[in-house]
Amino acid sequence: MYIYSSLRTLWFTFLHLFHKTETIQYPEQKPYLSPRFRGRIILTRDPDGEERCVSCYLCAAVCPSDCISLQKSSIEGDWTPEHFRINFSRCIFCGLCEEACPTSAIQLTPDFEMSEYRRSDLVYEKEHLLISGTGKVPDYNFYRVAGVSVRGKAKGEALNEAPPVDARGLMP
Amino acid sequence: MVEILIDIGISVALLLSIVTLAAFLTFVERRLLGFWQDRLGPNRVGWEGSLQVVADMIKIFFKQDWTPSFVEPVIFVLAPAIVLVTVLLAFAVLPLTPGIGIAGHLNIGVLFFLGMTSLTVYGVVLAGWASNSKFALIGGMRAAAQMISYEVFMGLALIGVVMQSGSFDLVKIVEAQRHLWFVVPQFFGFIMFLIAGIAEAHRLPFDLPEGENELGAGFHTEYSSMKFGMFFVGEYASIVLISSITVILFFGGWNGPFLPPIFWFMLKISLFIGFFILLRAALPRPRYDQLMSYGWKLMLPLSIINVAVTGALILSVPA
Repeated sequence: MYIYSSLRTLWFTFLHLFHKTETIQYPEQKPYLSPRFRGRIILTRDPDGEERCVSCYLCAAVCPSDCISLQKSSIEGDWTPEHFRINFSRCIFCGLCEEACPTSAIQLTPDFEMSEYRRSDLVYEKEHLLISGTGKVPDYNFYRVAGVSVRGKAKGEALNEAPPVDARGLMP
Repeated sequence: MVEILIDIGISVALLLSIVTLAAFLTFVERRLLGFWQDRLGPNRVGWEGSLQVVADMIKIFFKQDWTPSFVEPVIFVLAPAIVLVTVLLAFAVLPLTPGIGIAGHLNIGVLFFLGMTSLTVYGVVLAGWASNSKFALIGGMRAAAQMISYEVFMGLALIGVVMQSGSFDLVKIVEAQRHLWFVVPQFFGFIMFLIAGIAEAHRLPFDLPEGENELGAGFHTEYSSMKFGMFFVGEYASIVLISSITVILFFGGWNGPFLPPIFWFMLKISLFIGFFILLRAALPRPRYDQLMSYGWKLMLPLSIINVAVTGALILSVPA
């Protein structure tokens, strides 16, 4: 029995000589990375071109490796972050910040080619992180769907506030 | 005078080609293992990775040649040399073609080969003992027990061939196979010799002396740089040796139609080398007690039966 199974193993292993190899020869051939690949982190803008980040600190709070550091702007009424810093030498690309973000500002992209010769070069500041587009969520504007009704004002009636989307009307 | 010079030239050329071939096999093996595992293997240095050996050589020469403080220094340095030298000496009796071969007609050729493969055990055991480390020692002891057990029936498996050709001379054995390779009448002898040969070269699936799961790297755990390189080259040289001796004893050596003898010899040994690498790609290691019981309880009785049956047939069938 052992002899038969050994010979069979040898034969099937030999046949692998004629199989296609699985290797992707990386620097020349790029691997396919799905849109959900968790790579380099970006900060996105809403469709109107405004920064999405509202300095809620949820990403910094949820980050298991404490690599996100941000500070709300000191200007009254401005909720964009004054600085937003991600230390990629600590980041583990878990994607929890993206899940926590209520405004879809912070997103992970299918890009992993970010090696540097010095660790300090792996600290990305806001100008490195912020892109001019909307990222993976093309037409989402937090301020259009957020908002609470207070006394004398229903949802979406205040200045610069859009009426809320009917969630049941979003069915495909 | 000229004849002596030619002999020396042949010896040096043979030595260099064997060492080069053994070094090149490290590349061939990694490449073939890659293909058999649906990978590519090393293909960056040179055309399709063909200069990988050169890169490895440069690396291994420039590594620190470290002798740990707790070893027996003299024997520690001597052991890898013993392994390599005994393997290379065994090549002296191999007739590659009618013209190429160092010893020529040596009437104890088979015995010399067996003796030299036995001496390899010393290198391995001394390496394990001189390292003064438990993993190396266990590896060396395993190597000794394994190689001595498998040598017993390796010799017996050859006796059938010797009886049929009537000589210990490897040249005469090859000439006796002009019409029929000995693999046909001595098929069981061939199978047993091949298994013993794999164990002698301590190649997978019989590489328990190195068993990295449980022993680190076995008898060469404490070795580095070129001292390790000599074990490495010695192992591949012994693959070439076992392949060559199998071809000579059972597959008609240089015999073959149309093409020059050296071509046939190289073709046959490369097929066997490929088979050795395929074994490594395909088969897992047995347990150590399984290895021992195969050797003593299965292979030894079978080889004795083989000798008895061959002798009975030779005596009963009139020549």
